[in-house]
Amino acid sequence: MTKQPERIFVKGNEAVARGALAARCKCFFGYPITPQNEIPEFMSAEMPKTGGRFVQAESEVAAANMLLGAGSCGIRAMTSSSSPGVSLKQEAISYMAGSEIPAVIVNMNRGGPGLGDIGPAQGDYYQSTRGGGHGDYRLLVLAPATGQEAYDMTIKAFDLAFKYRNPVMVLGDAILGQMKEGITPWQPEGIDDEAGRDWALNGADKREKRLIKSLFLEEGALAGQNKHLQAKYEDMQSYVEYEEFETEDAELIVCSYGSIGRIAKSAVRTLRAQGKKVGLFRPITLYPFPSEPLLALARQGKRFLTIEHNLGQMVDDVRLAIRTVADSEFAPIYPGNLPVPEDIEGPVLKCLEGK
Amino acid sequence: MSEMNEKLVFDRPSAMIDRPTHYCPGCHHGVAHRLVAELLEELGVVEKTIMIGSIGCSVFIYNYLNVDAVEAPHGRAPAVATGVKAARNDKFVLAYQGDGDLASIGMAEILHAANRGERIAVVFVNNTVYGMTGGQMAPTTLVGQKTTTCPDGRCADREGSPIRMTEIIAELGGTAFAGRASLDSVKNIRTAKKYMRKAFQCQLEDRGFGFVELLSACPTNWKMTPLQANERITNEMIPYFPLGVFKDVTEEGGAC
Repeated sequence: MTKQPERIFVKGNEAVARGALAARCKCFFGYPITPQNEIPEFMSAEMPKTGGRFVQAESEVAAANMLLGAGSCGIRAMTSSSSPGVSLKQEAISYMAGSEIPAVIVNMNRGGPGLGDIGPAQGDYYQSTRGGGHGDYRLLVLAPATGQEAYDMTIKAFDLAFKYRNPVMVLGDAILGQMKEGITPWQPEGIDDEAGRDWALNGADKREKRLIKSLFLEEGALAGQNKHLQAKYEDMQSYVEYEEFETEDAELIVCSYGSIGRIAKSAVRTLRAQGKKVGLFRPITLYPFPSEPLLALARQGKRFLTIEHNLGQMVDDVRLAIRTVADSEFAPIYPGNLPVPEDIEGPVLKCLEGK
Repeated sequence: MSEMNEKLVFDRPSAMIDRPTHYCPGCHHGVAHRLVAELLEELGVVEKTIMIGSIGCSVFIYNYLNVDAVEAPHGRAPAVATGVKAARNDKFVLAYQGDGDLASIGMAEILHAANRGERIAVVFVNNTVYGMTGGQMAPTTLVGQKTTTCPDGRCADREGSPIRMTEIIAELGGTAFAGRASLDSVKNIRTAKKYMRKAFQCQLEDRGFGFVELLSACPTNWKMTPLQANERITNEMIPYFPLGVFKDVTEEGGAC
């Protein structure tokens, strides 16, 4: 008899933390900030049981630099925070990208700018997908919409970080982090903690010493490193994930991601029941952005409406993707407001009727 | 005397790469590097060392020592070292920092790494000035000392007093060894090595955080000859930054 998979009822934050443990995360470096505190709290209790180490850092700056240190050793390591805290982590994130250090960073996006509030928002889209810190670099950015996806994508984030030797961000928000729902945990198989670590620091025992750095002073050396990084980002373009829902015969496609993508899906269901030809396109990888499938929809003559919990950030990527054949309308959900499906139905109907 | 009777009494430690350093004449980073290299070899930890280079003139220490190394952002070496130690608890982890790096931008990181009792060693090179960026005021700049950002001389009322880091570090619970030495004379260099050995052993014996401050010269930014710079350490720095051991639990059970 096959054993039924265990279902557990957890917050999105705990789903992330459990995913990290399943992915054999060995080190976690945290600093308290709402609405992500359940992640470091869970890790502080669980990491020591696995032989790993939890450190509550003195600041987000320090936590991200601890991550840099652990990552340089080829260890699966993670930090988590929320918007103002992630701003502080940008220094180390830029260095990790420049030094090609794999790491997982979780951002449970809250309202901004500044201290903002502790409610949900998606105002960190630019920061997440455009680099955030100084210099030309990119993160792989995954945007889960459910607790299960939070669990699954955290596991995937570690694989991608090591595949590309690059920091990976899991971008959620306060809705995802604080909402409790059922998930089915699973255990990834075949994780090899040593495979592909011929760059990692472990002491130069009977081999040449290794050096991990982002300083390239010789004429042309930094240009060479940037060319190498750009080639890597180009290679990442082959890895995209997205969800299409009711797009086949849709006249208008709503583009939304993360929690808002999930709420928009409910709105699309309601409108479909009313006979409205609407669909949903939900990017799951925000970088690389799923431009090609979106362009394919544009070429079918569809119209687009981007709805985000910010004042217009992902809409730039939507427009870039479809610019040769179409455009996208935009409807903001102001940070500081907690949307429900009805809030999305209104702008969608207005856009549908305004053709 | 025939070649057979010659005895080699001084050589380059194998942990040092055979490469001329980029430091200015009279700078003490080369001396400090060599002490680190000698100790890594004498303690038998060359092959298990992971070093953290920090921002400033000494960022290139990784070009001179034959060990694995990672580069930290400005001031963050103790945090990076904490991460390295968390990942590789069985390795010898060493951070090497200057005074602008450690006592200004990295003040939080060094204090908390020490307070947590991180099993890491930190070598702190104090030359009372920002060297690489061209001689600006550091937290350790002496009162009256002229720099490019205190051109009339540091004023305690205006810019505060020079910070004595070793005394502060020694107060923290996780510190197992904290000592200040100087590189201005052979005698003091020998003492410096003794202190560094103690600080390194704290980690190897799992006793706590090991810290050594080295009073060092920056003849270029002090606008002095190397000999004048050495005299300045003797006559001006040591009176304000007293040499000695400020905390040592190596004879006891450990700091924490």
